Amino acid sequence: MSLKQLSRRFGVLAGGGLLMSSSSAWAELGLNMTRGVTSISREAYDLHMLILWICVLIGVAVFGVMFYSMYHHRKSRGAVPAQFHESTTVEIVWTVVPMLILIGMAIPATRALIAMEDTSNADMTITVTGYQWKWKYDYLDEDISFFSTSSTPRAQILNDAEKGEHYLLEVDNPVVVPVGKKIRFLTTAADVIHAWWVPDLGWKRDAIPGFINESWATIEEPGIYRGQCAELCGKDHGFMPVVVVAKTEEDYQAWVSDQKASAGAAAASADREWTLAELMSKGESVYGTACAACHQPSGEGMGDMFPALKGSPVTTAGPVEEHIATVLKGRTGTAMAAFAAQLDDVDLAAVVTYTRNAWGNDTGQLVQPTQIKSLR
Amino acid sequence: MSTDAIAHDDHHDEPAKGLMRWVTTTNHKDIGTLYLLFSLLMFFVGGAMALVIRAELFQPGLQLVDPHFFNQMTTMHALVMIFGAVMPAFVGLANWLIPMMIGAPDMALPRLNNWSFWIMPFAFTLLLATLFMDGGAPASGWTIYPPLSLQTGDAFPFLIFAIHFMGISSVMGSINIIATILNMRAPGMSLMKMPLFVWTWLITAYLLIAVMPVLAGAVTMLLTDKFFATSFFNAAGGGDPVMFQHIFWFFGHPEVYILILPAFGIISQIIPTFSRKPLFGYASMVYATASIAFLSFIVWAHHMFTVGMPLAGELFFMYATSLIAVPTGVKVFNWVATMWKGAITFETPMLFALAFVVLFTIGGFSGLMLAMAPADFQYHDTYFVVAHFHYVLVPGAIFAIMAAVYYWLPKWTGHMIDESLGRKHFWLSVIGVNILFFPQHFLGLAGMPRRIPDYALQFAEFNALSSIGAFIFGLSQLMFLWIVIKTIRGGQQASDQVWEGAKGLEWTLPSPPPYHTFETAPEIK
Repeated sequence: MSLKQLSRRFGVLAGGGLLMSSSSAWAELGLNMTRGVTSISREAYDLHMLILWICVLIGVAVFGVMFYSMYHHRKSRGAVPAQFHESTTVEIVWTVVPMLILIGMAIPATRALIAMEDTSNADMTITVTGYQWKWKYDYLDEDISFFSTSSTPRAQILNDAEKGEHYLLEVDNPVVVPVGKKIRFLTTAADVIHAWWVPDLGWKRDAIPGFINESWATIEEPGIYRGQCAELCGKDHGFMPVVVVAKTEEDYQAWVSDQKASAGAAAASADREWTLAELMSKGESVYGTACAACHQPSGEGMGDMFPALKGSPVTTAGPVEEHIATVLKGRTGTAMAAFAAQLDDVDLAAVVTYTRNAWGNDTGQLVQPTQIKSLR
Repeated sequence: MSTDAIAHDDHHDEPAKGLMRWVTTTNHKDIGTLYLLFSLLMFFVGGAMALVIRAELFQPGLQLVDPHFFNQMTTMHALVMIFGAVMPAFVGLANWLIPMMIGAPDMALPRLNNWSFWIMPFAFTLLLATLFMDGGAPASGWTIYPPLSLQTGDAFPFLIFAIHFMGISSVMGSINIIATILNMRAPGMSLMKMPLFVWTWLITAYLLIAVMPVLAGAVTMLLTDKFFATSFFNAAGGGDPVMFQHIFWFFGHPEVYILILPAFGIISQIIPTFSRKPLFGYASMVYATASIAFLSFIVWAHHMFTVGMPLAGELFFMYATSLIAVPTGVKVFNWVATMWKGAITFETPMLFALAFVVLFTIGGFSGLMLAMAPADFQYHDTYFVVAHFHYVLVPGAIFAIMAAVYYWLPKWTGHMIDESLGRKHFWLSVIGVNILFFPQHFLGLAGMPRRIPDYALQFAEFNALSSIGAFIFGLSQLMFLWIVIKTIRGGQQASDQVWEGAKGLEWTLPSPPPYHTFETAPEIK
């Protein structure tokens, strides 16, 4: 961030009073809530602006009286203190008037809330499952299912490379949806509590293990909408973006057919024999998205919480079945998640092979996707 | 009476010498001092953690700490500030002031008083020691939501036991305060003649006794879930992770009023003094405090609007929460009406009190906005929430504590504070705190979640600004430390009344007051 940018924003802030009258300028500067692209997000925005202005008016009135008093009733100006206190009339007025204002605010808020909670008559349903630290999307009507992981390179996070335009708000597989359809989102989680949030959709909803929460959105304009996990979910909570791509119905159908075709190809590849080189190369990329956040790209881990895999008994000396079982089922009471549902047979075979051979582990052992299948 | 007995009595008139005075003391003034010094120490410990957080957030990218340590800092900062800085400061003020305000010779239960304090250093040794354990300190936020909190390493049982100790200390302190206020008031001091600070503490003490055991129950269930295979909060075992949140916030919401009601009391003492005019509506201030305390028990789920409650639940908690604005408004209007047509002067305690009224009210406004469930679906767990609760806790609770220290320190030490230094400290604090927290409203509205160690580029400018404010505010507090030390060591002799407009029993005592005061109860007309 340059000093110039900072001073520009300072300048804007200094002229804040003028700025507040123009909500569009406000939004561009990232000062205010987005109006978003759904009826819900507009209701949230309108309610937000209504209460904001009510608070501003009350604030101006109360602080106005206070500052007037601070100026005019100073002892240094020779003010002589009055000794009045207690006035039932005044007390009733300043109890009843706020009550009326609150009722005025509660009416639109109640209306908005009722609309938001109405998930009936949805055109399609997508299940969103939170994992440490990625999202899984299941299209219940289309038999499409995939994980979505942050695609911001580690080098950018560690300041070794220039940060991209969508730094920390970009993923490998965005969730693609059609515009103009009422989409029901079911949120749940596999490990700890997460929260799925895209500000342009107008809401966030917690993803809780053992619970399925319902929400809905009808996106009005095609576009790419970005958000993040909003509930603290462990070490990489800040690196768990959400990207929604809203497409026209036609483009959406084309995307659906593409997804189905590539799913078929992946299923076929799980049955064949893989070479060590193939597994290592595939394994490195799987490791990068699924494991490196904790165990580190170097395999050296981070303290006792996230143990090293390099030279570890599990990845070198121990039996391969035990290693596979750990990856499939996780370790209870630790941060080690169960990956059985997160990765397919090829990914698992590749990543186990990779961790048994990378960083000088060099066991020479390779695990085939068929072996994973039999151990599931 | 034999001479032996007289000598024995003499022995109790003056404090013991050396370190043992502080270890064995049962004197309310000594224990008050211990609480306040402990709180000051924890304020700097928690503040250092906050500066680690703001230094990491100065620029996008990871510069100083790894994300796991960042989460440890946010968690520990909150626990240390809430349980180590703000709560002990209020208990310290209660110890010093309540007996002097109601004309009692000491607290009702002096030995219990000693014990309530001396548990605290042990609790915080346990808590802070976790920073050096395998897996680090707790990193799941001060709300310790399962299942995430169950992933904590060796620190976990230490965290739970530290919370138990803090809870025991608070409950014992509260029993003492209630026993003192209800039994030891000077003749003629009816409940409705008590100073407001005493009233707010009486109500706070009931809140503490009501909710600290609830927290103890919740964390004990966490402990058995972790070590004894119970499934209170484990969905896979038939438990319910959301139930923890309900129990936690049933404690947590009254807890936030525990952190602010004594502050209301302090402000209600200071504003009349420097306006030279009685508090506008004494009775309505008492009733407003009691209403806020009652409402605090029926609004907890507004912390959980996004967990997926039924519509009826969301509506109830939205309405109940917005009702809190009414008694809170009554308080603010009363303070302003007290100033109206007074003869106001602006000594340091008054400056902090005035900043409290304005900045706490801003925090109240954002609280009202957060109460509106449909908008909360956007605000929830963003920096807007961070800005909100820091406005009510920093220029709210902490400014009130500082106002109290500046206001009563001349009484405690017999020395006036250095006004010019006090004013400098005030202006640096009030400017720093606004640069620190005001931009966080914008960050939250623009979509920045809380508790993240790194952020997207559109949040860079306001984060940099906020961090600059943090360092201005944080470093200015060294001035506060210096002023306190300087006043203890010397300064202009304070009169009994200290401040021209001050009214109340504590101002009839010499400055500093003798070790034992009001051994003969004063008569209240």
